[in-house]
Amino acid sequence: MSNKTKNLCSLALALVIVGFIACSYYMTDKTSMIRTVLQLGAIYALAACSMNLLNGVTGLFSLGQAGFMAVGAYVFAVFTIPVSKKAGVYYLYGVADWLKNIELSPFIAMILGGLVAAFLAYLIGIPVLRLKSDYFAIATLGFAEIVRILVASSLFNKITNGSLGLNSIPKFTKVFGLPSYFTPFIVVAICITIIMLVVRSTYGRAFKAIREDEIAAEAMGINLAKHKRMSFIISSFFAGVSGALLVQYLGATTPTTFPIAMTYNILLIVVIGGMGSMTGSIISAFLVTAAKEWWLRFLDVEHYIGGFHIPLMRTGFRMVVFSVILMIVVLFWRRGIMGNKEFSWDGIYNFFTGKNKKKKAKAEAAEGGALNE
Amino acid sequence: MDFTSFLSYCLAGISVGSIYALIAIGYTMVYGILRLINFAHGDVFMMSAYFMIFAMGVMPWYLSMIVVIIATIVLGVLIEKAAYKPLRTAPRMSIMISAIGVSYFLQNFATYLFSALPKAYPSIPVLNKTIKFGEVSTSLVTFITPILTIIAVFILMFIIKKTKVGMAMRAVSKDFETAQLMGIKINDVISITFVIGCFLAALGSILYFTPRPSVYPLVGSLPGLKCFIAAVFGGIGSIPGAVVGGFLIGLSETFIKAAGYSEFSDVFTFIILVIVLMFRPTGLFGEKMSEKV
Repeated sequence: MSNKTKNLCSLALALVIVGFIACSYYMTDKTSMIRTVLQLGAIYALAACSMNLLNGVTGLFSLGQAGFMAVGAYVFAVFTIPVSKKAGVYYLYGVADWLKNIELSPFIAMILGGLVAAFLAYLIGIPVLRLKSDYFAIATLGFAEIVRILVASSLFNKITNGSLGLNSIPKFTKVFGLPSYFTPFIVVAICITIIMLVVRSTYGRAFKAIREDEIAAEAMGINLAKHKRMSFIISSFFAGVSGALLVQYLGATTPTTFPIAMTYNILLIVVIGGMGSMTGSIISAFLVTAAKEWWLRFLDVEHYIGGFHIPLMRTGFRMVVFSVILMIVVLFWRRGIMGNKEFSWDGIYNFFTGKNKKKKAKAEAAEGGALNE
Repeated sequence: MDFTSFLSYCLAGISVGSIYALIAIGYTMVYGILRLINFAHGDVFMMSAYFMIFAMGVMPWYLSMIVVIIATIVLGVLIEKAAYKPLRTAPRMSIMISAIGVSYFLQNFATYLFSALPKAYPSIPVLNKTIKFGEVSTSLVTFITPILTIIAVFILMFIIKKTKVGMAMRAVSKDFETAQLMGIKINDVISITFVIGCFLAALGSILYFTPRPSVYPLVGSLPGLKCFIAAVFGGIGSIPGAVVGGFLIGLSETFIKAAGYSEFSDVFTFIILVIVLMFRPTGLFGEKMSEKV
């Protein structure tokens, strides 16, 4: 495929996506499932991409995603609740004095949420990044738990409102004069573009080298500590932003909004999409959200065919089916949708013309009797 | 804090700590052999509590204990066969994700079967009897928990040190592939590891929930994490280490709660983890592992 056709295809795809999102706004009403799925899917896509940058691209298995999202969400919420509504939100514990008259614009607050998450990542990265794979996972999981406990604790009652949580958080605001419905898509698109650019930069190559073999990467002159820290901080920044987006979508938050299960959810999105593939994460974020919020909803409701009561279906069955699907993916389809490759027109082209398979067959034939490992 | 309350806190701490030790052994053995954090272990512990609720509905407590232990072991071995065995040759990250998937599944499954609302744990009258030592009064279960734990640990140590199965386990944990070449049936050894781990988890579950009022589907995740920390603290792969780690975590947690910081007891546990890993990554009794290029 020539570059020209590729560019044309990309342009066409971009137009189709933009058109689809626009249609979803102008052709449906407010309660439509498509809107929910698209907005939530976009937010999860950003969360998944930021996790993928760390887990898939750099090979650092972190389970702290929900913690960083919670930090971003709370920073956003605390600084954007309108001054006039603060007394109502903090009716039980009162509001901290320094916070009383602060109300930031949502976009500044979103970036601030990301920055605070990134700063925390820098701080906890100092001890935690020295740990080896499994220990790193447990330590970051512990961090997420600590965030949740601290947010709910009486120590920060005047800021986070303890276990009551925060509400009256402003919903999405208009950007570029477009309706507020499009805001999450624009923010997510910008953020994911930045992540993709990072992955394609020299830093991204260094991250991948670390994933493949730490010792070899170090021998090639890659500063392990510096690059790991960088990946951790960038990933946490975008996790914070995605948390801020999620809290705008929900309009309220409590400490239980970001449980460990949230991390698992996002991890499973990343796994289904393929570890190390951003486009895979995006596709699977929409698929998983659609399946979870929409297509599999019917499993939670009791059904009758004529007089026959279909067994098994009642509240909670959806999540069981969902986790079984995830187990099947993990066990039998470990590569996920995209493996660790990114979406490319050549890939699609070869997929349909079967070129890759022919190449593989040729290569195998050429190897002849070489032993398989 | 006067001496009597100090003693009763000690007793409570040792009791909780010994339950943590029982579960931590399950983590440490599986990690020693498979190099896998068995995220599902805490949820097996939770399922075991639900088994007890149903068993107690139809039979007396001594029979239901046996049934619960067997059911938990079956569950654990089933998990191993279904979710971990197919991934023996896969990268370690995949098998860890599989463990997370199992944990996620068990939590959702329990929510589906038993609903998310807390269910009352049946009280076993014999175990809930109050006994007195001088001025310290406590329930029988608090008192016998550490004793049972120590007996269990001694039996386990005997199995590992003196029997052929134990020797096979030690060999497998040293070197997976060489052990296989020496004719050790890896799959059997791993199954036995899970049997022992789940047996101890079931025992721990009975002892843990008897003095506590209720069970809910997420009840296993936090104790599970803490017990893993206990295992790391003691040095992963080492059974005495897991026991000591369990006791230390249990005691420190009880005293932090006694000092009035109950909100932060879990935070403290995780801080311990990070500090231990920073200064002594192999834990108290862990063996140093060198990385091969």
